[in-house]
Order: sequence, then C-alpha cells, then structure tokens
Amino acid sequence: MPEPKSILLTISNVSKHFPGTLALDNVNLDVYEGEIHAICGENGAGKSTLMKILSGVYPYGSYQGEIYFGGQEVRFATIKSSERLGIRIIYQELTLVPQMTVADNIMLGAEPNKYGVIDQNQLYRDTEELLKSYNLDIPYNARVGSLGIGKQQMVEIAKALSGKARLLILDEPTSALTIDETNVLMHILRDLKRRGVTCIYISHKLEEVFAIADRITVLRDGQVVGTHAASDLDQNRVISLMVGRELTNQYPTRTKKIGDITFQVKEWTVARPGESTPVVKDISFDLRQGEILGISGLMGSGRTELVQSIFGEYGRRLSGELLLGGEPIEIRSSQDAIHYGLALLTEDRKGTSLVLKHSVLTNATLPSLPDLVNWSIIDSNKELAVAYHYQEKLQIKTPTIHALVNSLSGGNQQKVALAKWLMTEPKILIMDEPTRGIDVGTKYEVYRLMNDLTEQGVSIIMVSSELPEILGMSDRILVMYEGTVAGIVENQDVSGETIMRLATGGA
Amino acid sequence: MKIEHAKLDKKAGLRSLAKIDFRSSTIVLALLVLWVILSVLTDGAFLTPRNLSNLFRQGSVVAFIAVGMVMVIAAGQIDLSAGSLAGLAGAMAALAQVRWLPALAEQTGIHALASGWLATIVAVLVAVGMGILLGGIQGVWVAYGQVPAFIVTLGGSLIFRGWLLGLTRGVNIAPMDPKFQQLGQAYVSPALGTWLGAVAVVLIVVFTVHSRMNKKRHGFDVRPLWLEAMIAGGMSVIVLWFVSNMNRFRGIPVPVMMLLALAGLFTFITTRTQFGRYVYAIGGNIEAARLSGINIRRNILKIFMVVGAMAGVSGAVLTARLNVATANAGAQFELNAIAACVIGGTSLVGGEGSIPGALVGALIMATVDNGMSLMNVESFWQQIIKGMILATAVLIDVNTRKARA
Repeated sequence: MPEPKSILLTISNVSKHFPGTLALDNVNLDVYEGEIHAICGENGAGKSTLMKILSGVYPYGSYQGEIYFGGQEVRFATIKSSERLGIRIIYQELTLVPQMTVADNIMLGAEPNKYGVIDQNQLYRDTEELLKSYNLDIPYNARVGSLGIGKQQMVEIAKALSGKARLLILDEPTSALTIDETNVLMHILRDLKRRGVTCIYISHKLEEVFAIADRITVLRDGQVVGTHAASDLDQNRVISLMVGRELTNQYPTRTKKIGDITFQVKEWTVARPGESTPVVKDISFDLRQGEILGISGLMGSGRTELVQSIFGEYGRRLSGELLLGGEPIEIRSSQDAIHYGLALLTEDRKGTSLVLKHSVLTNATLPSLPDLVNWSIIDSNKELAVAYHYQEKLQIKTPTIHALVNSLSGGNQQKVALAKWLMTEPKILIMDEPTRGIDVGTKYEVYRLMNDLTEQGVSIIMVSSELPEILGMSDRILVMYEGTVAGIVENQDVSGETIMRLATGGA
Repeated sequence: MKIEHAKLDKKAGLRSLAKIDFRSSTIVLALLVLWVILSVLTDGAFLTPRNLSNLFRQGSVVAFIAVGMVMVIAAGQIDLSAGSLAGLAGAMAALAQVRWLPALAEQTGIHALASGWLATIVAVLVAVGMGILLGGIQGVWVAYGQVPAFIVTLGGSLIFRGWLLGLTRGVNIAPMDPKFQQLGQAYVSPALGTWLGAVAVVLIVVFTVHSRMNKKRHGFDVRPLWLEAMIAGGMSVIVLWFVSNMNRFRGIPVPVMMLLALAGLFTFITTRTQFGRYVYAIGGNIEAARLSGINIRRNILKIFMVVGAMAGVSGAVLTARLNVATANAGAQFELNAIAACVIGGTSLVGGEGSIPGALVGALIMATVDNGMSLMNVESFWQQIIKGMILATAVLIDVNTRKARA
C-alpha cells in the first residue's frame, strides 16, 4: 500500500447480547482504507452478528458501543441507511431473483426511470458498462437462474458495486464455488482492491484468506483474539487462534475395518425431471462395508443428482440397477431407500435437509417416526429418549430440545441433520457436502463421527467440493466429469492435481 | 453433562412456554375484551346464557370447517371450496331424507328407512361421505396431478356451488326429519352436561398428573409445579364456566358438543400422531419432508379428505339447524374458516397452526356476527368489521412475531 493507511471503519467496544448468550463481547476493530481484511472464527464466534450490526440488520440501540465510518460516528437504523453510506454485504446465500435477467437484478431498486417508467435501454447500457469496467464476464441479458453459482456470485458483486460500494463485505463467498470460480473471484477482489474498494472477507477456507488478505482478525466466543498482518501468520497459527488450541491434524486417524462389497450401482443413467437427455450417465461403482467412498467433481458434474437419484428422489431413471448385499433392490422413493438402510444427508440445510421453523426434536425424529409410534400414535417418551440420546452423542448445543432449529448455529444445525439420519441406523450413509459452511471444530467432530460409523460397519458415500476433505477422508475416490465417471482411484499417493485433472476432463 | 443439560432445559422450557402462552393468551384476551365491549354496548344482553348458547351454536358450523382448514393450511395448502362443499353436502343430506330415502323405502318395503334415526344416520353419512369423496378428488388433483390447491379448490368451489344450484333449482328443500333436526337444534340435557363437565375436569387433572409423573420417571424435564397447576386449574375453570352457562339455558347445544368432540380428536391427531407430524413437516419444508421418507402425495390426499369430511359435517349440521337446504348455504364459510385459522395463529406459509387457536378464532368471528346482530347493526357492517379484525389480527401477529424473533 503506497499511501499512508487511513482508517475507514472503526468498531469500538461493541457488545451484543442475545437472551442467554453474549454474542459479541467488547469488540474493537479497525479496517484500513483499501485493504482486504479477513475475519476468521468458528461458527458462533460472532462474525455474522458483527456483520449484521455493520449492515444495520441489528439497528443502533440493540447493541452497545460505537461504530465510526469515514471518521464519523454512524448509527444505522435499517439496512438502507448502511447502504446509503456504501456498505454492501454479499451473503452466503445469494439474494438474486432467478427469473430476472442479470441487468434487471443488478439494477433492482435503482432502475433508471422517468416518472416510474423504466428506461430499459439505459438500464442495459449502464449494466454493460459496469460489467465491462470490472472485467466481469457475464452476459447482461442472461436469466440469472440459467447461470452457474459462480457467475451468480459475480452478479451479486456487480450489484453491490453498482451502488458505489466503499466497503464490500463478503460472507463465506466461496462455499458453493469450484476452484476455478474461486480463482476468478480472487482475481476480481484483487482488481477491486487496486481500485480502492475496501473489503471485509469472511471465510472458513484459510488458503483463500492467505491468498488474498492483507490483515486477519480472529474472533473467538465473541471476542477479538487478535488482528495481525497476514504475513505474520500461517494457517496453523490462525486455526489455533480460532479454536484456542493447536490442531495437529485436521483429519482424525481411523482404524480401517473394510469388509466385503455391500452395495453396488450398475450402469446408472438418470435424466432431469421432464427431460430426456441424461445428467448422470452410465455410472457403476461398488461400496464396501466400512468404507468411505469420496465423490469429487466440479459443480454441475452430476454428483448431487447421482446420490439423490440413488435415494429415489431425483429425476427419471433411464437405466441401471442397485444391488444390496448382492440382491437387486428397487428404490422408487425415499421411503424405499430408508427401508433398505440408506440415508441421505443433503447439501442444503435450509432447502432440503431441515424444517428450520420446527424444533430440534421434531426435525431429528422425522425419518424414524414410523419406529416411534404405536398404531400411528407417537410414543413421546420413546421419542424424547432417543432424541436426548443423539443430542448427547453428537453434542448438539441447543438451549432445549424444543428450540427451533433456525435459532442454532450452522454447525449445530448440521448436527441435527446428522442426528436425524443416524437415528434411522443406516447401513449406507450418503453425505452430500457434509461440512459445508460449518466451523473447523465441528468439522473435526463430523469427521470423527464418520470414522466411528465406519468402524461399526457403516459404509459412507461422501460428496464433497473440498479437495482436502476428499483426500483426507476417503478410502477411494470417484471423480465425476459431466455426469460420467472420470475415474475411480484408491486414495494412496493420489495428489489433488490428479483429481482435478480427472474432474476437468483431462486423462 | 446430563445435569447441565437438564438445568438449561428447565429455564428455556419456561421461556418457550411464556412465548406460547403470550401468543395464545393475546387472542383469548382479545376475545374477552370483545365480549366486555359487547356486553356493555348491549346492556348485558350479550352475556346472557341464552345468547351465549346461540353464539356457540351459530359459530359451530364454520368452526367444523376451521378444524379441517388448520390442517390444510399447516400443510402449506388451501381449500377455497369448503363452503360450497358444505352447502352441497347439506343439500344432499336434505334430499336423502326428503326424497331418496322415502322413495327407497317405498320400493323396498323397509319403512324404517323413510324417517327417524335410520334416515338421519344415512343422511349424515351421505353428507360426510360426499365431503370425503369430493375432498378426496380435489386431493388427488392437488397431490397426484400437481395442480396448485388454490386453483383446484377454486374450480371445486364453482363446481360444487353450480351442482348445488342444479340440485335445488333455487327452491328450498324442507322440512327435515325431526330426528335429523336435533343435530342442529337439540341440547345435551343439563344433567348429562354437568356429568360431562365433571369428567372433563377429572381428565384434565389425571392427564396432567400422569404426563408429569411419566416425564419424571423417564428423567425428562417438567414444568414448575405451580405453572402446571395453574394451567390445569385455568382449563378446569373454563370448562366449568362453559357448562354452567349452557346449563342455565337448556344445556350444551348438540352441534357444540359434536364440535368439541371432533376438535379434541383432531387436536390429538395433529399433535400426537405420525400423520399430524407429517402435516406440519410438509408445510414447513416440503423438500425436507420428501427426503425424510414421507409420502407427500398420500398425506396431502388424506388432508383434503379430512377437510372434506368436516365440510360434510358442517353442511349436515347447518341444514339441521335451519331445517332447510338452500342454494346459497355455506357461502363464504371457507373464508370465515380461513380467517378463524389465521386469527388463531395458523401461518399461511405453512408449518404452523393449532386447532384450539382456530376455535378461538372462529369464536371471535361468531362473536362479531352475533354481537352486531344484537345491536341491530346492518349486516354490511358485520362484514366490514370482520374484515378489519382479520387484517388487524394478522398485522399485530406478524409484527409481534418479528419483534420476538
């Protein structure tokens, strides 16, 4: 940074109470003009709360302390008031309208108009100009829903920039991105930095943080553990600051007890609902007892479609069969799948995994309800007993078992989803992105749990976008490319590069 | 670790209970305020046992539908046809006893079919059966045909109303069999009423004690004793007040008794059975429910059969009370039922809602009708006021929900 560092944002002695918890405890933080400032911390450390205060979601008065922006004390009453000053947040979950075009989305709420009539040409021109000036390679007239997640993220960023952002806050922006898309994002952020846009970058992925951040602030239990120049830290140091202890190994060791083949998928070909061209093509693989089979591949390579169709809940099967213990089985719905001892932990907690507005208890027991009833009447004692058992076993941190799931942190929500499936006592556990958006500590717990399960004879199919996770946990790795098997490799002396080469269609 | 959990649970249990009680007590409070205002405005005429008896009896027809509607809305669906279906089912019950059964009796020589209890039972079965059948057909359309419930039941409402017009040709079908009339007009004898009230109080106490002991035995957390006693006591007082008031005027009306029985049954079904759990899960997140091994289609079909059955009951009771089947019977019942659910805390986006809440909601709507009739307010005002109450209730609910979230 050539110029002397002037301070853009100061957070001074900010505390935030929730009933029963202190989410932020006297937080002090300076963000310099033009820097990329990473904020790291486990889930529940207070990152999201801090960002919600910065953006006005939690208005002035609901927290203690002061915020200074550009030298002035600011008191945001609403999100609008923070946006007016140029603070823009890009959330983990995108906030675009999929049916509308890129241009309409970017200009949403700020359409050039005369007396309320939108000047469509001007709108397109402005958008094109904006996209070009930031080197964003997106067609302005494409429907957002037809774009990949990575491009959608760029649209979101463009939307933020269109409002003349002075401070851009990105909350876990890469959790749904492929490596290529992540690289593009990194490139865009560096470019923005050159143009003087200040950026707060929140991420679990420390490689990214170190690739891009000037300074790193670590939060733990609502307190700032420290702010350091990135060059003074390394990944292990940050992890130990985050969890308060040295993590020697991200992946726990396991005693492998791999048995015979229990489950086979043969020539599995599936089309999207209402279409005839297959999205999963001629896939065959075996799964052994006690084995972890990793499924890797780029976004859109058909991984989720593969596992959901095996579970009986995706699209139309064109060919293929399933064998359980050598016997052919027919799975037409999730009921069949559960009956045969399959379980599917889906990738999207909010969308397909949990009923967020219902309690921990009702979520956890939903699939196993048929085992908890007499004459279809729920045996409450039995239900509570098994729910408490799994709460204990998975260490789900919730004020009560009747608390609503949306009041829990992401990591604990994932544990509820896991509890829900473990209760069905599956023989084959399919996990789609099992650690997406959860903190390092919970990740480690999930991995340990996976190891325990395999030692007890459960077989696991793990879909993951995170290469280190695939390499760290799998016994074998199935790599998908455009709906086909690009290769199945033993996880010994396999490098990330090999996997990536297969996943991108290289030999 | 275990002990720590339990301690935490106790406090939070209290908090969540306070929350629930806050919600339900606001509607009950609103109802009480409404009653106080109305009794002042009518110089006490509103609170007389005779008028209260009328109020409950009139309110029950819509409340039957509201009970079914809670399940429909909690599952994220809607039923706009229930009122027309009630009218149609009621007309069929009337036709059954006025035309079909006498004709059948003539042909077969079984004269017991022509009138009396047998005719009444058949007529009720016709109404309820019709409700289940037509509700089921709509359910198939929604669940298996994948047509939004709004459209299916909008169409259904037109079809049923048209069918009803065709059946009656605009001519009233009357009179009903005297036994059938009792469904809508008779009273449970005061002695039996007192007995039922006593049984209800005993059941409340036994159930409270039993569930408390059971929880303790299994080591689960229990509410503080005073709170439990207060809840049970409060419920008992309401039961006794209700019975004594009804007994001061002839006794509990039969339709109200039927409503209480069915509401009790469906409260149990929604809160304690697998089907009930599935209803809320489907409304809360249909994808999560699907992937959790729930047969979405079958359950949605069942829900529409339930609301159809309740519409059938409502139609039969209405016809019995009025002693006539008309072409516009049941008009707008579904809207009043939806309003009752929403006032009672059922969320229109699905996943939430309770039957007791809907009953209080229905009582509020009936109170407005009844009170304003007492005051000789013209009927157009009743509609305007009911509309305003609905909109205001949701306004308050949505905003307090946000504030507490």
